[in-house]
Amino acid sequence: MTGFGSVPDRLARNTYALDDGQSHIEVHQEVARATGTGKLLVRICPAHVYTEEADGTITAAYAACLECGTCLAVAAPGSLMWHYPRGGFGVAYREG
Amino acid sequence: MPPGLALGRHRVVGGAARDGRVEMSQEVDFDVIVVGGGVAGAVCAYRLAEAGHEVVLIERGAEPGSKNLSGGVFYCRVMEQVFPGFVDEAPVERRVTRNVLSFLNASSHVNIDYWDARLAEPVNAVTVLRARLDAWLASRCEAAGVMVMPGVRVDELIVEGEQCVGVRAGDDELRAHVVVEADGVNSFLAQNAGIRAKEPPKHLAVGVKSVIGLPRTVIEDRFHVIGSDGVAYAFVGDCTQAVAGGGFLYTNLESVSVGVVLRLDDLATKGLTASDVHDHFLAHPAVAPLIDGGELLEYGCHLTIEDGPTMVAHDLTRPGLVLIGDAAGFTLNTGLTIRGMDLAAGSAIAAADAIGAALAAGDYSQQAMDAYPAALAATFVGADMKTYARAPAFLEVPRMYRDYGLLLADVFHGIYDLDLTPRRHLLGTATRAFKGSGLKLRHVVRDGWAAVRAL
Repeated sequence: MTGFGSVPDRLARNTYALDDGQSHIEVHQEVARATGTGKLLVRICPAHVYTEEADGTITAAYAACLECGTCLAVAAPGSLMWHYPRGGFGVAYREG
Repeated sequence: MPPGLALGRHRVVGGAARDGRVEMSQEVDFDVIVVGGGVAGAVCAYRLAEAGHEVVLIERGAEPGSKNLSGGVFYCRVMEQVFPGFVDEAPVERRVTRNVLSFLNASSHVNIDYWDARLAEPVNAVTVLRARLDAWLASRCEAAGVMVMPGVRVDELIVEGEQCVGVRAGDDELRAHVVVEADGVNSFLAQNAGIRAKEPPKHLAVGVKSVIGLPRTVIEDRFHVIGSDGVAYAFVGDCTQAVAGGGFLYTNLESVSVGVVLRLDDLATKGLTASDVHDHFLAHPAVAPLIDGGELLEYGCHLTIEDGPTMVAHDLTRPGLVLIGDAAGFTLNTGLTIRGMDLAAGSAIAAADAIGAALAAGDYSQQAMDAYPAALAATFVGADMKTYARAPAFLEVPRMYRDYGLLLADVFHGIYDLDLTPRRHLLGTATRAFKGSGLKLRHVVRDGWAAVRAL
């Protein structure tokens, strides 16, 4: 670990404009499970958006998304719907 | 809510009839629509507005720059062509006069530390923070007459027949003679239009970066820089826990940008967690002292291109449409330098010139748009994409990410560790280190030969 806190702690310092109730991410559970994409998303997302629940489903905390697109780039076909949040919403970098 | 697109702006009636084509729409809202307010989009929009054209720059972020993140070194000489005095006027951070290439192992490193005053005369590279730089670029666009429209996500291109005639955002439509896609590495527009296929993961890498605030005096003391001079470190080896990619650390005025770039295929295969690799690097004994006592200002990530030369092999144009910057694939990882913003600007300049000619002629056909790739081939952008075509293949050599750093450290350990055994000449010390490394001579020869030819 670094002295800079957990990933959620770090993200809490970022600025976001949350699009309430409008997720831009949807995991298609069966395909994600069958292809192994689910577990891959959990570790490859730098913002820890994806979590594997006790029953094996993958949940997406879309509000934390940094909008890089890594998840979509590695996801098996049909396992993930991911697009940019609506205009003006999502992460707002102050440094970049 | 973001503003709608129907802004009651004048409609420009025009557009010369294209031979053999039914004229689908005579009316346009603008001469040119540029999608994406990064370096490529802003430079292109600015050039066109300066030439007297009606341009809109659409950006999905609430403010231009708010979605943009780069490692942070901008080889900025090209910007002088667009904004004379760029380095003095733009909100750049530091002028890079010192470059450190660091072969990093778990408990050793061997650095090539290159400082040269000539790199500041003229300034060759600067560190930047995109939220500031891109906001400045957009303000320059606005001053030149570009309508800057932030907070709007373009959902798709409007294509009639073969001709791109505008963009759609939600229920709103905007029409123009030419659309410029400068919407970045993910370019959903290019993918949806069937110009780009989904990239294989090995063409892409994720950059994970922390911006860490440090007082200016600490940065000057710690990195031996004065005034606005700065240093750029490139790390290879243990920084990524053997995942193909590298680490970086760049000094800003009152912060450092530090992080890793990880090739997606290798990150997936190695079973590591992206944030753990980033944290491992920041905690590394060679890196931790450089950021000690700092305050985390921002944690971010961005997708980047590992194999630009292969990616740009797709079409760069369609009738009424051009692709520039990362959306087109213009990024180069040469092993020693990582370049995106200079190529973005270079491609934007070539595109703006071609679009200007198309507007003058009233010809937005495939042939007219193809003046852009033709012009690009004659610039540094086209030349360098060709020159470094084999760099990505070279950077796939796994020995780069572990073995060579260890070998170098063993050679120097043999020199400096005076353990009372009789000394050997340098050749003997090196030979002994090589034999202990498990590397095969033919690999080293082959890699060395490939390196000097590919990089």
